[in-house]
Amino acid sequence: MSFMQRLKDKFTKNEEQEVSKTYKEGMEKTRQSFAGKINDLIARYRSIDEDFFEELEEVLITADVGVMTVMELIDELKMEVKRQNVKDPTEVRDVISEKLVEMYYDGDTEEVDDINLENDGLSVILVVGVNGVGKTTSIGKLAHQLKQEGKQVMLAAGDTFRAGAIEQLEVWGERTGVEVIKQSEGSDPAAVIFDGIKAAKARKADVLICDTAGRLQNKVNLMNELAKVNRVIEREVPGAPHEVLLVLDATTGQNALSQAKTFSESTNVSGIVLTKLDGTAKGGIVLAIRHELNIPVKFVGLGEQIEDLQKFDASAFVYGLFADIIDEEIDE
Amino acid sequence: MAFEGLADRLQSTIKKITGKGKVSEQDVKEMAREVRLALLEADVNFRVVKDLINRIKERAVGQEVMDSLTPGQQVIKVVKDELTNLMGKEQSKIAVSDRPPTVIMMVGLQGAGKTTTTVKLANHLRKNHNRNPMLVACDVYRPAAINQLETLGKQLNMPVFSMGTETNPVEIAEKAIEKAKEDHNDYVIIDTAGRLHIDNDLMDELDNIKKMASPDEIFLVVDSMTGQDAVNVAESFNEQLDISGVVLTKLDGDTRGGAALSIKAVTDKPIKFAGMGEKLDEFEPFHPDRMASRILGMGDVLTLIEKAQTDVNEKQAKELEEKMRTMSFTFDDFLDQMDQVKNMGPLDELMAMIPGANKMKGLKNAQIDEHQIGQIEAIIKSMTKHERQNPNVMNASRKKRIAKGSGTNVSQVNRLLKQFNEMKKMMKQMTNMQKGKKGKGFNLPFM
Repeated sequence: MSFMQRLKDKFTKNEEQEVSKTYKEGMEKTRQSFAGKINDLIARYRSIDEDFFEELEEVLITADVGVMTVMELIDELKMEVKRQNVKDPTEVRDVISEKLVEMYYDGDTEEVDDINLENDGLSVILVVGVNGVGKTTSIGKLAHQLKQEGKQVMLAAGDTFRAGAIEQLEVWGERTGVEVIKQSEGSDPAAVIFDGIKAAKARKADVLICDTAGRLQNKVNLMNELAKVNRVIEREVPGAPHEVLLVLDATTGQNALSQAKTFSESTNVSGIVLTKLDGTAKGGIVLAIRHELNIPVKFVGLGEQIEDLQKFDASAFVYGLFADIIDEEIDE
Repeated sequence: MAFEGLADRLQSTIKKITGKGKVSEQDVKEMAREVRLALLEADVNFRVVKDLINRIKERAVGQEVMDSLTPGQQVIKVVKDELTNLMGKEQSKIAVSDRPPTVIMMVGLQGAGKTTTTVKLANHLRKNHNRNPMLVACDVYRPAAINQLETLGKQLNMPVFSMGTETNPVEIAEKAIEKAKEDHNDYVIIDTAGRLHIDNDLMDELDNIKKMASPDEIFLVVDSMTGQDAVNVAESFNEQLDISGVVLTKLDGDTRGGAALSIKAVTDKPIKFAGMGEKLDEFEPFHPDRMASRILGMGDVLTLIEKAQTDVNEKQAKELEEKMRTMSFTFDDFLDQMDQVKNMGPLDELMAMIPGANKMKGLKNAQIDEHQIGQIEAIIKSMTKHERQNPNVMNASRKKRIAKGSGTNVSQVNRLLKQFNEMKKMMKQMTNMQKGKKGKGFNLPFM
């Protein structure tokens, strides 16, 4: 399969080997249970029948690939198997990985969804999400990364609700050597963001990252508050926010889709940060979100260290997910 | 979106079998598929779903359809009974040690809501059980976690024991228990750091805290939005620590919360409490029966029927039905309706009980705000009698007067008029749906 060969070449032969290694290691758990399960399934069956498809469905669903996406995939697979007259389960493996990769790319191939920043002048990044997904931590890691790239970064402590949130951001500010603009707990988040923008302009910062309080997407008032913050940013900096990053917890199930949908209604979500991907057998939700909502994943959190936020590289992710399958295929 | 409830899913299947006296195997098979999809979409674990479906199939086939229920309701009842069975009974008791202090340990993944839950639980103990708890900050890893606990403790005026981030959590817990004895705190609640269930070092740390503190309760705090992995998380924590119960958080969100079912099924430990909001008193005993309805994404049909029967006076209901049919529904009736509905309980709860309500045009995304209801009342009451009976006479100057009288503005009056018209349209749809069926009273669209 030439596509797989290309993926493999890309990640084993050139300078991107480093990236691929991080993904391979960070996603060890994900891969083991995903690719491993598919391989195991294929090894156990001698012919392709209903039971085979049902078990395949199980593997996909337990990886939190959306139910609708799975049903669609299985139907397509059934058709493809019939069309190509595949009888041997080992042959079906090619079809499976082909279909999954196809589904992920959905047309645009091998594009790295880079973060959108202004070349000169201030760029504003707004970070949103439900409670406990890791917004503040992701901001800390992102600030570190941008600073490594030589950008002057500032943070705005827009989570004025949760106790300790401002202090948490300040700790990250100290760790990364980045200034944090804040007000006291309980103040109006839009005002904090406004201050942040003023300060960032005055200090000629390159990037301002705005933290916000976690909110469940069905709380209308809180979503309105977020829309207000967004409006303030739009008004103060032309073309801003340059990125609205929705932080999703990889262990979240089908509700992630509802989160992505609702947050997109009050802000213009431009990308997703998928956190805690290291600890879960999942990541399948990436497929569902990409497939059903067409929002690109821009970063993934693969660990607790400050460097553990990786730019999301679709090819690397797919490679990470299917590394075992791909390797085997090419060895054969 | 994919988030329709079971009731909606079953609608088409049920149509086919309405009128049959017995539920056949084929019917059950078709419905079982829908039930299965609904459960999977609710994040119930795949294996749990499989077992459940098999049991439901066994029970449902060949059952006589009860007089009071349609075949569709019958199957739903079986499903709900099974789910309720699996969820178990309400159990919100908390252990009391013979030799105080009683020690409670809170464990879970990052971001599940342990710290908030710790404080909520302490508040619950003090308020409802008249206890005097002490909070212990053992999360030495996440930046400002100790600070968060201290701030929340201060808000409630509750003692928080902390030793900074440089001390080993086991030692912190040990010192805290000593301190609690001195200060006569009868409960000690230990907030631990979030950790992945696959992180062996950190899991060992929990084990060490457990050995030292020998807690009377270990609560696993789980985010109700957790997906298929909930099973693995619960299994690992339970194997390693033998947890005594579960607290489900963020249940005020719109997740179906299938994780609850999975956790109960694999650990057989009770879910004792639920976090229902960001405020510190939004913490309730967990109601397994309500959860069963929620996972199915169906309102509690039976409860709604009961409620409607007791609260809506039958004569009034008949009149209303007549009005709906003849389309002579006026603002006066609207006001009556609102009063009656208000008597039945909080509105969004009520809405949640109407199966299929989320699918109806106009009701979809309807945000129910009790404050708004007050405004609507004011607007209607500012109308003249004539206007209430004949909304069509409304013109700009009338609207202006009404807005002034009700302390609202013209656009709000307009919105209400528009909603009223939409409601009329909807009623027409509903009455049309009924036509063709043996006209028997007011039916909910899904039955």
